[in-house]
Amino acid sequence: MDKTINQKAWFLVLPVFLVVAFSAVLPLMTVVNYSMQDTFGNNQFFWNGVGWFKELLDPSTDLGGRFFASLGRNLFFSLVILAIEVPLGIVVALSMPRQGWTVAACLVILALPLLIPWNVVGTIWQIFGRPDIGLLGYTLNAMGLDYNYVSNPIDAWVTVIVMDVWHWTSLVALLCYAGLKSIPEAYYQAAQIDGASRWAVFKAIQLPKMNRVLLIAVLLRFMDSFMIYTEPFVVTGGGPGNSTTFVSIELVKIALGQFDLGKAAALSLVYNLIILIVCWIFYTVMTNAGVERKAQAEEEPAAERMPAGVLQPAMALKQKEGVA
Amino acid sequence: MARIDLVDLAHSYGGNDAAPESFALKPVTMTWRQGGAYALLGPSGCGKTTLLNVISGIITPSRGKILFDGKDITPLSTQKRNIAQVFQFPVIYDTMTVGQNLAFPLKNRGVPKAEIDKRVAEIGRLLDLEPYLNRKATRLTADAKQKISLGRGLVRSDVAAVLFDEPLTVIDPELKWQLRSKLKALHRELDLTMIYVTHDQTEALTFADTVVVMHDGRVVQSGTPAELFDKPAHTFVGYFIGSPGMNILPAEVRGREARIDGHAITLNRSYDNLPAGAKIEIGVRPEFVEVVTSAPGLLSAKIERIDDLGRIRFARTRLGDAKLAARAPAGFTSSDGTAGLKFDPSHIHVYADSLLVEGAA
Repeated sequence: MDKTINQKAWFLVLPVFLVVAFSAVLPLMTVVNYSMQDTFGNNQFFWNGVGWFKELLDPSTDLGGRFFASLGRNLFFSLVILAIEVPLGIVVALSMPRQGWTVAACLVILALPLLIPWNVVGTIWQIFGRPDIGLLGYTLNAMGLDYNYVSNPIDAWVTVIVMDVWHWTSLVALLCYAGLKSIPEAYYQAAQIDGASRWAVFKAIQLPKMNRVLLIAVLLRFMDSFMIYTEPFVVTGGGPGNSTTFVSIELVKIALGQFDLGKAAALSLVYNLIILIVCWIFYTVMTNAGVERKAQAEEEPAAERMPAGVLQPAMALKQKEGVA
Repeated sequence: MARIDLVDLAHSYGGNDAAPESFALKPVTMTWRQGGAYALLGPSGCGKTTLLNVISGIITPSRGKILFDGKDITPLSTQKRNIAQVFQFPVIYDTMTVGQNLAFPLKNRGVPKAEIDKRVAEIGRLLDLEPYLNRKATRLTADAKQKISLGRGLVRSDVAAVLFDEPLTVIDPELKWQLRSKLKALHRELDLTMIYVTHDQTEALTFADTVVVMHDGRVVQSGTPAELFDKPAHTFVGYFIGSPGMNILPAEVRGREARIDGHAITLNRSYDNLPAGAKIEIGVRPEFVEVVTSAPGLLSAKIERIDDLGRIRFARTRLGDAKLAARAPAGFTSSDGTAGLKFDPSHIHVYADSLLVEGAA
């Protein structure tokens, strides 16, 4: 294919480039600058090289120990909420109505938690769970369960996890619902004719057709839960002790609590790097899945004759979702 | 294997109380012979897919009964009907291999493994899918996928009829021919009742022994391709079958004479019993009208253009407000843009309110 060459087109990219430079690249560079230095206030800085990074990645030091502990908590948290939200979201999507006014009602109800600001969600659960005035906390204690998220680490974890499930399962459910809606009716009819049970329909049709939206749901939920800050901060403040202190909370403690700008900068760079790597892995997996599909269509000589996009509208649609 | 009877069958998507005219499928009673190859032909929205889905059980009819070999199966679900259906777009199970796709209906019915393997191998051979049995089904071409859809139907040994819902829509023209001949061959080999829905007359006429033409929710004619061509029971059939379609001209018919624009055309049969007040038309296929040099005594028409179809030429002419296509013999030219029309009286049909009227000899 011929490529039109027009160097003036760079000017169209320039505004974006400038915005990104001032909003992202330059601030990031100041962070890189901080991460190499130490300060004792008064705007006096001392060169420290890679010292902070060495300390950060060494679990035997105070900084490294705190970093790895919070990273571990964060990964555990992400795993748990994924393990709950993804299957639950699928179940919710499967049990949603397909037509009629109930569809709109369901969508609105599902969308509600997604529209509530993070700190409000935190406040809601903070009050909801209080043993003295909160409906949940009071009821549980009245039932004889000793529930107190302020003093008991397990209760704190349960509260934070349930809160996240309440807040974000809707997102997974809505994505799955979109995936389910894109399955042509003929598939269900064919399955009916083939005598497939409900479970067989799920395994043979619905799950495979949902796999791309599920991948996106997992990506979004992983990234969001890995960066989580506001909700647990409002509910537990990272406590009791350090039991619900996630990486972002640790970062804020170091940067603003102790005013250790160098340590905090090093930590945030490593944190950033982890997120980039995870994004890259997901991106690769997703584009590979797309390429594999294309290759499948083109692999056989006879297959070249068929325009895959036209034949499989559902699939084409999903690829678009993948881009979005 | 079964004979299928439709008894006073009708369906409305608006429920049984809907106005009779709004029914997607108007009451029909007919029999599909065991082992027949049928085509359901009609334009989009004529009710042919509705009829197909009623037979397969995807839709429960508002009225009437469906009998398989005399047994009423109307209330039975699709699973229990022993019907196979091939849809417009290939339906395959993405995660399975071709072999697993073919085995799926048997697995769901709890057939023993050895039996499944035997049937899958057999059907794989029959459909030329053998080399692909262990491949992922998503990797195949559209025509192979349609064969898999078909195979999932055939793999059940008890299947009563195979229904096709415009199965060649997404197939390349060149492969269409191959797949259609494959279907014909399968039909001969397996002695299955096949019902094939299409809006393409070539597909219908080449596939079926019996073509059922539908129009506006009604079955307007059912017959062999030759019958549909020679003696359309409804002006719609005349117009829909054949290319170009039958010429339908408003006329006054009395006895053995039809008058168009005051010009008399002799008919082979006598029509004395035409219903009063009905809209009377005559229908004649373009193949049986010839344009000749204008002459007194011949109906005169204005020539708009002449289409050369290679083997045959058709003149598109205008008679007052009506359009008429007619065969243009080799060497025919018109100096002044008009021509005389010569009708073959044995092929002129008379229609009253669009329905064929049989004349007396």
